[in-house]
Amino acid sequence: MSHDPLADVIGPDDPGSPYDADSLLIGDDAHWAFGTDFEDPLAGVDTTLPDGVDPAELAEYCLMLGDDALVLSQRLSEWCSRAPDLEEDVALANIALDLLGQARLLLARAAAADPGCVPDLPPSSPVPPEDALAFFRDDREFRNVHLAEAPRGDFGEAVTRLVLLSSWRLALLGRLRESSDPVLAAIAAKGVAEVTYHRDYAARWFVTLARGTDESRRRLASAIAVLWPLVPELFAAHDIEVRVAEAGAGVEPAAVLDEVTGVLDQVFDAAGLERPAIDLRPHARQRGRDGVHTEAMGLLLAEMQVVARAHPTGVW
Amino acid sequence: MTATPTHPTTGTDLVERARAAAAQVVDPELPVLTLADLGVLRDVTIEDGPDGDLVVVTVTPTYSGCPAMATMRDDLVHRLRTAGLPRVQVRLSLAPAWSSDWITPRGRAALRKHGISPPGPVERRDGPVPLTLGPVRRATQCPRCTSADVELVSEFGPTACTALYRCRACLDPFEHVKEI
Repeated sequence: MSHDPLADVIGPDDPGSPYDADSLLIGDDAHWAFGTDFEDPLAGVDTTLPDGVDPAELAEYCLMLGDDALVLSQRLSEWCSRAPDLEEDVALANIALDLLGQARLLLARAAAADPGCVPDLPPSSPVPPEDALAFFRDDREFRNVHLAEAPRGDFGEAVTRLVLLSSWRLALLGRLRESSDPVLAAIAAKGVAEVTYHRDYAARWFVTLARGTDESRRRLASAIAVLWPLVPELFAAHDIEVRVAEAGAGVEPAAVLDEVTGVLDQVFDAAGLERPAIDLRPHARQRGRDGVHTEAMGLLLAEMQVVARAHPTGVW
Repeated sequence: MTATPTHPTTGTDLVERARAAAAQVVDPELPVLTLADLGVLRDVTIEDGPDGDLVVVTVTPTYSGCPAMATMRDDLVHRLRTAGLPRVQVRLSLAPAWSSDWITPRGRAALRKHGISPPGPVERRDGPVPLTLGPVRRATQCPRCTSADVELVSEFGPTACTALYRCRACLDPFEHVKEI
């Protein structure tokens, strides 16, 4: 047996060392310990508000970014066990998990900034604020863009939606790293590294489908036709976004238009497709940021919220 | 290290004991390395409260959606209690964001030893993130046979922080901890 060069670095398997084989998994009682009492995703984080930002407006802004992530995460989760192969199933679930984590932090930040935005629940309910926001708001109270809620569609639509939303979200999060709200800046900095992987993954599949078979190219073209009318909303600023951006805590969506179209042009060029123009006239916009949603959103929420709503004081 | 000014000796002893206990806790999803070697364990301090000394452990999540945070926290609390430190609070630190660069040399060696390829260095950038449409290239080698003839199967593996690879030489699949 050859000399193990790693033994010099980590040493032999001393009993009692964390790398002792008996300490791993089976012999480690601590690994199976549960039962501490708090679940706050911002436990110990200083949530003091920055100067010059209205707490309710910052909360609503965090709901917008959080709801985009939550609703897209729920849509992507629908691919579990339905993707074309196991690797894509795992990839889509991983992306959904990253987005769910971002949503959890953003909704918790909203609740910490303005506790008044959290739905009332019975005093005996153990539901934490970010879960109350996710599971006990009606569709009119959700602030996500329509592109996140659009029906699942086929794999071509999943890929196209992810190219569009991750290109846009990455541009927003990149700028939010400089937010005057240190909590939002920290959430954005983590998100940038994650969404970079999401965008690259989706963009590679976009090119693969476009340059694949006649059928995959036809499906992709159809996905673009279905989803493109929902793109203008990404760049239409809501009053809250404008004011939070002016206060230094947010980003005006119009500010990322050039960056996003630059990325989309690269993707469409590589795919050998022409990128449609983005119609920025006001009448072309959807109004998800105002709480106006499609029928698909109601069905999505029904599935996502049914268990929590049936057991508002449940513990498991 | 925060030793309490009123009980300097006790505070130092306590913090050393607390650090030693916390340093034993392994990652729930990558149990071949400790939270300290993963770079997730950020700090262990003692705060002098009205009810006595409180051990404050600061951890940071690897990915936003890391489902192991609650288990990490419970494991830390349990381990410190077992070490005779009953009052423990686990706090989260979001900034600076965790980076795979924080995995220690000992942690990298432990990963490799257990068949997991450690991450390469992370490219740091400030402005807009460039799109990468081409194939991902990493200077990765098979952790079992050390062949550099490996292929990426998927950028997304069984946990949030790993990609899936296959070695073309020994044909074994392996996980690679992603650069982030």
